[in-house]
Amino acid sequence: MVLQDVVATRGKPYGDGVIEVRGVSKRYGEKLAVDDLTFSVAPGIVTGFLGPNGAGKSTTMRLILGLDAPSSGTVRVNGCAYRNFEAPLHEVGAMLEAHAIHTGRSAYNHLLALAQTHGLPRSRVDEVIELVGLREVARKRVGGFSLGMGQRLGIAAALLGDPGTVILDEPANGLDPEGIHWIRNLLKNLAAEGRTVFLSSHLMSEMAQTAEHLIVIGRGRLIADTSVAEFVRRASSDTNVRVRSPQATELRDALARREAAVQSIEEGLLEVSGLTGEQIGKIALEARIVISELTPQQASLEEAFMSLTGESVEYRANAGEQNEATENVRAVA
Amino acid sequence: MSATETLPAAAAPGRAFTGRVTQAHVLRSEWTKLWSLRSTRWSLLFAVVAMAGLGVLIAAVSMGRWSHLSPGDRASFDSIDRSLGGYHLAQLAIGVLGVLVISGEYSTGMIRSSLMAVPRRLPVLWAKIAVFASVTFVLMLASAFVAFFGAQAILTEHHVNVTLGHPHALRTLVGTVLFMTVTGVLCVALGTIIRSTAGAIATFAALLFVLPGIVDILPSEIGNSINPYLPSNAGGAIAKAIPDPHTLSPWGGFALYCSYTIVLLAIAAYLLVRRDA
Repeated sequence: MVLQDVVATRGKPYGDGVIEVRGVSKRYGEKLAVDDLTFSVAPGIVTGFLGPNGAGKSTTMRLILGLDAPSSGTVRVNGCAYRNFEAPLHEVGAMLEAHAIHTGRSAYNHLLALAQTHGLPRSRVDEVIELVGLREVARKRVGGFSLGMGQRLGIAAALLGDPGTVILDEPANGLDPEGIHWIRNLLKNLAAEGRTVFLSSHLMSEMAQTAEHLIVIGRGRLIADTSVAEFVRRASSDTNVRVRSPQATELRDALARREAAVQSIEEGLLEVSGLTGEQIGKIALEARIVISELTPQQASLEEAFMSLTGESVEYRANAGEQNEATENVRAVA
Repeated sequence: MSATETLPAAAAPGRAFTGRVTQAHVLRSEWTKLWSLRSTRWSLLFAVVAMAGLGVLIAAVSMGRWSHLSPGDRASFDSIDRSLGGYHLAQLAIGVLGVLVISGEYSTGMIRSSLMAVPRRLPVLWAKIAVFASVTFVLMLASAFVAFFGAQAILTEHHVNVTLGHPHALRTLVGTVLFMTVTGVLCVALGTIIRSTAGAIATFAALLFVLPGIVDILPSEIGNSINPYLPSNAGGAIAKAIPDPHTLSPWGGFALYCSYTIVLLAIAAYLLVRRDA
């Protein structure tokens, strides 16, 4: 069985695979955790849900999963409110950050109890246990699990119903490098099969390696809804260039005449912003200055992400709507 | 199963299995949940030992001290109540477990998994109640019979034993078990409403064990008018062979106790559906 067949045979009975969030707000008492959020998540790709801690990611996910009711707005998966699903485990598989698992139960019994709500066979429980590599510990109580094992159990539960949509809150948390590699491949495969894969993270670097599309939120509001490629391009548009030259002082003067911002990093090393490497090379040639190194410095994705969300924080503070973080109070509970 | 051999299981094409949420499915799930926890097994074991054993123990102690009892004590000796006295202890375990059946899910976060699998929510509550109530009823009924026959066998020593054919014996025995079962259901409702284990157990203890003590110290004309309607007295009427003149009739009291439980259940159901999980 090849992948194309998988894509061809699945899907239809389980809807269009679109997660649709429309004008959703969620208020917990005084705190506005999610503020008029609108976005949609498409099937077939991994979509990252990014934001600093307390940005409202977990809240949004709980709203999608029907655990919390939005104060206003609507959330649909496959065109349907989660609460109206006849077989939710087939539609959406989810893992929440705070592990939704009774610690006194074994991994096997936890999955069995979930499977039985839909009348799924025991063989399916064995399959997902095998898939996430928990066979040796499946009969042990979850209370003794490491963070990584708990994470794998959460993923097993999410995949139990072979869902068309997978929603994972911080899936890489607590996994070792091998586990992170494993989950990255798993998620990409799930997306390649035509499923909707929506995962949250507060780590941009992790997201850049897994996701194709990004939804970025800060303080409960949408900041960006963009492809990762576009995000990276934007992040690197204002790059600095490092230039090493034995005639650094002369080069500095030459560049300064072109109104470039030049900074001396160390003896013989300059950091230039406002000019491309190509332009700097030409200027150096015209001034007959020797250059021994010319390196564009990409602003790291992490920095781009921080500047993006940092702006939102400033905006919010200036608007005077909120003081300290719109902490996701419920996520902690 | 060739699909699962060549692909990760998650990718089973066209899905070899399909299911959906039904009340029967949720019942099976709750059955698994109940028995897969140590706290359940220990609580139920405690309840069984208390229910089956305490009555026998009391009977044995009474027979041993029979010659020291006053003629009045001997005359008022109630062989049925003595044999079933273990329920006072057993109902504590049943109540605590009833609370834990749901509050344990809130304290661990399991409730979110449960409600994601059954987003309409109410089937979870009904299934918990049905499973827990039937398990309680069956185990306590068996234990009550053991206690009754065991104790009566010992009471033959001084010929104060009664048979199941005694006018109040069977009603008291089954009534005691019903009282405990409904107490279990009431505690599931409390656990659903309060969500915290400690809070719900404290409320359960306050309702059944503390409230009577408070009413006792009220001026007697107020106390006497309230007393029959207290949950413990209303529900307990059916668990007494000879009805106390100041309480409701056995079945009348039990009906009132069931009404209290139904009101709490309605509140629990409303809150479960309406509240954020």
